[in-house]
Amino acid sequence: MATTVAERPTLSQRVGRWEGLPYGLVLPTLAFLALFFAWPMVQAFELAFREEGTWTLEHVRTMRDDLRFEEALGFTLLLIAVIVPLQFLLALGMALLVNAKLRLRGMFLYLFLIPLAISDLAAGIVWSAIFTETGYLNTILTRLGLIDFPYIWLNPLEKHQLLLAVAAAEIWRSTALITIILIAGLQSIPRDYGEAAEVFGAGFFQRVRHVTLPMLKPSLQVALLLRIILAFEVFATVIAITGASTTVLAAEAWRWQEQNQNANVAAAYAALILVLSLVAAALVVRVLRTSKEQLLR
Amino acid sequence: MRRAASAIGLHATAIVLALWVVLPIYFITLAAFSTPDAVYDYPKQLLPRDVSTETMRFFLESEAVYGALGRSVMVAAVTLVLSLGIGTPAGYALARFAFRGADTFRLTIVSTRAFPIVILSIPLAVMFLRWGIDDSVFGLALAHTALALPFAVLVTSSVFAGISVELEEAAMTLGCSRAGAFRRVALPLALPGLAAAAIFVFLISWNEVFAASILTLRNPTLPAQVLAVLEQSPLPFRFAGGFFLLAPSLIVIFVIRRYLFNMWGRVIR
Repeated sequence: MATTVAERPTLSQRVGRWEGLPYGLVLPTLAFLALFFAWPMVQAFELAFREEGTWTLEHVRTMRDDLRFEEALGFTLLLIAVIVPLQFLLALGMALLVNAKLRLRGMFLYLFLIPLAISDLAAGIVWSAIFTETGYLNTILTRLGLIDFPYIWLNPLEKHQLLLAVAAAEIWRSTALITIILIAGLQSIPRDYGEAAEVFGAGFFQRVRHVTLPMLKPSLQVALLLRIILAFEVFATVIAITGASTTVLAAEAWRWQEQNQNANVAAAYAALILVLSLVAAALVVRVLRTSKEQLLR
Repeated sequence: MRRAASAIGLHATAIVLALWVVLPIYFITLAAFSTPDAVYDYPKQLLPRDVSTETMRFFLESEAVYGALGRSVMVAAVTLVLSLGIGTPAGYALARFAFRGADTFRLTIVSTRAFPIVILSIPLAVMFLRWGIDDSVFGLALAHTALALPFAVLVTSSVFAGISVELEEAAMTLGCSRAGAFRRVALPLALPGLAAAAIFVFLISWNEVFAASILTLRNPTLPAQVLAVLEQSPLPFRFAGGFFLLAPSLIVIFVIRRYLFNMWGRVIR
């Protein structure tokens, strides 16, 4: 026993000798992402903008001139405009409830978060069971005596009804993601702040407005960023609920690849989705001044 | 008096919001476990009167469903092994070492979330065709790993960050090597968190339908198979399929509910 315990180097001292180690540990991840993330991304733009060795806008033009292009773009943007504000209100409500003094808090938390793990396809099928002509919505309305004949909710000609049906499914499925971010944010706000405001006579809504929301701003920003980016990928929900009655950008990318076997136009759609989500993300960061530190936390 | 009224209001609101989440799940469960005839009934039963496994059996015995189910499980398993095998070391490095470029690395990982899987799958389909791994379990698992790996890195990093570094130092003072301290101290303590991360990675793959549909042809996973035949399939098939795809999420969220904040609270913010 030549070495005494005290003489052994501590971890941080040893780390000095292991300077290469962290780089060795992150290298596999970087290599994988370079090969299967960054490289395909470059390839997507090549597919979309190159043909036989020269740059071309031909595929983009094919995309733009396609009959379904405008509907896909319009429906995607409109859907985002409808669902994002509604689900933020819903998520805020759920988060505040879970944060309040509630009996069976754990059970409510579990129930609110279930959709976190539900796929867009499953959600689409669930809501098609509700909205279909012989479905549960019409059943309930009939039982309540509100309608005599089943109402056709998913009428291909009524685009606004289709939009609302898809919006319901998407709000149902994707609100949990915002809820959990907001709950985590709420838990980092010291309770004293709200209690102090209460002592000075602030009611519940005043406390939310003047204490909770300002403190929650970083969480709200990140949730908004993530949600808008993900919303551009809406796909299976739309197909499961509306069939081919309407379409979104990701569904068109899928159709061009699967049914028309045209990877170039599909890639043009993919590039458009990427550009739109990056622009939206940049706008959110810009408008709300999200700092890099908040993204990293 | 006012306090009691507000408590009632609070609970009532919570129940309404919980019903909003639960009722659709209840309806699809009801449809999946009624007879195929009852699925076509109108108006439908709103209470479980004739419970039957006939509809579920019809779905599971449908052509191609069984094989697709097996492939789904295999793709998810390979994705899990790849994501955690590659991602855990990186997560550990982020949690334990203040190396130059750590912030840039973390930002790179976080920003991969801004790039949709939609844009990845189309060029990957072209690449895989060239490499001869198109329409294969391994190819799709590679695509799913590209999706799940950033998540695995961030989650494992937050798991290890939650384990005090002093414990590893103590083990090393008592004679453990660096690797030994990791294996005997950090790893066992991290195991529950890593298991939760593994379950969620599995679910990411199980749920993924866009890449699965693009990258497979004759060998689809379950979601890809359901999507492919959705429009031509009868209602019992659709509803049973919907329930079957959704069922794991009920269990998964319950099992890992304690780790969700560890995972999402930190990862996403």
